[in-house]
Amino acid sequence: MTTRIVELRQGILKKNDELARDLRQRFTSAGVLVLNLVSSPGTGKTAFLERTLRDLRQRGARVAALVGDLETDNDARRLAASGAPVRQINTHGICHLEAEMVGKHLADWHGVDIAALDYLFIENVGNLVCPSSYDLGEKIRVALLSVTEGEDKPLKYPTLFNSADAAVITKMDIAEAVGFERDTALHNIREIRPGIRIFETSAKTGSGMEEWLDFLAAARENQSREATSVVG
Amino acid sequence: MHELSIISSVVESVIDSLAAYPGARVIEVRLRVGALSAVVEDSLQFCFELATRDTPLEGSKLVVKIVPVMVHCTACGADGELESLQSFRCPHCGEPATDVRQGRELEIEAIEIEEAEEPVRT
Repeated sequence: MTTRIVELRQGILKKNDELARDLRQRFTSAGVLVLNLVSSPGTGKTAFLERTLRDLRQRGARVAALVGDLETDNDARRLAASGAPVRQINTHGICHLEAEMVGKHLADWHGVDIAALDYLFIENVGNLVCPSSYDLGEKIRVALLSVTEGEDKPLKYPTLFNSADAAVITKMDIAEAVGFERDTALHNIREIRPGIRIFETSAKTGSGMEEWLDFLAAARENQSREATSVVG
Repeated sequence: MHELSIISSVVESVIDSLAAYPGARVIEVRLRVGALSAVVEDSLQFCFELATRDTPLEGSKLVVKIVPVMVHCTACGADGELESLQSFRCPHCGEPATDVRQGRELEIEAIEIEEAEEPVRT
């Protein structure tokens, strides 16, 4: 018997990363800005997304959403009230979405053509750990934190917050009532992800939404400009 | 707990790579895991034992090498190891560090195998 060391040096999530890269190329050339929303369960991702879809539609944007949950299609039904096409992804026990699930649900989504969209939102499974390892082909990963969760959450989950491109604080309308320490929360987010854009929002009152929607529009324009310069 | 998904990918990749070594048995699987990769070594070990059952990897040892987080400082130009995951700052000058150069790895570095006594000649 002889033993031998075989060097592999390959990414464990190579398959997911390759699928995500293909999706990102497709999204960019289709001109759709794709966002991956990640937070703990109960942060208010769905309420925030519901408001975002509604407000974007009012601005005349073409939007759609994929919603990940372990079970049930409650969130998809809730979001469909915005008038936007919404599709549920049930992971049946898996704690995060993977690029393959996104690709599969886009491929057979009747009546939805990504080339005819301006924005596609992917609401990840409520979890601050596992989704951070899985690229879904998104342009922007958004970490959400509610005022009820504790200002030190970014410090407890640095991997996720450090991988985010934007942060959203939700439920600002009850910040005072729950004794939310705003400065501490902002400091902690920036300590983990220096320079990140932070949006302080309330899906209920609509505060902070204008700034968020402007950011989305600018990000989409940026993406189109990048895509054109690559082709040119 | 996505360690089972991660380990399942490892097992799949290792089995694929064994195609070049017919009859070989896996002795050891070596991973490089970044300190910022959100996986827990104990969970990896636990899942590895479960996921390798009835595969050519059964009974093999999982060796996990943790890769520290290295940042490049755009302010002072130095590279350094992050002192704390709770503060992304340059270890030399203390300025915020946005350029993470290392620490997110999730890689299969190598496998150690025991080849079959009479290799199939082609």
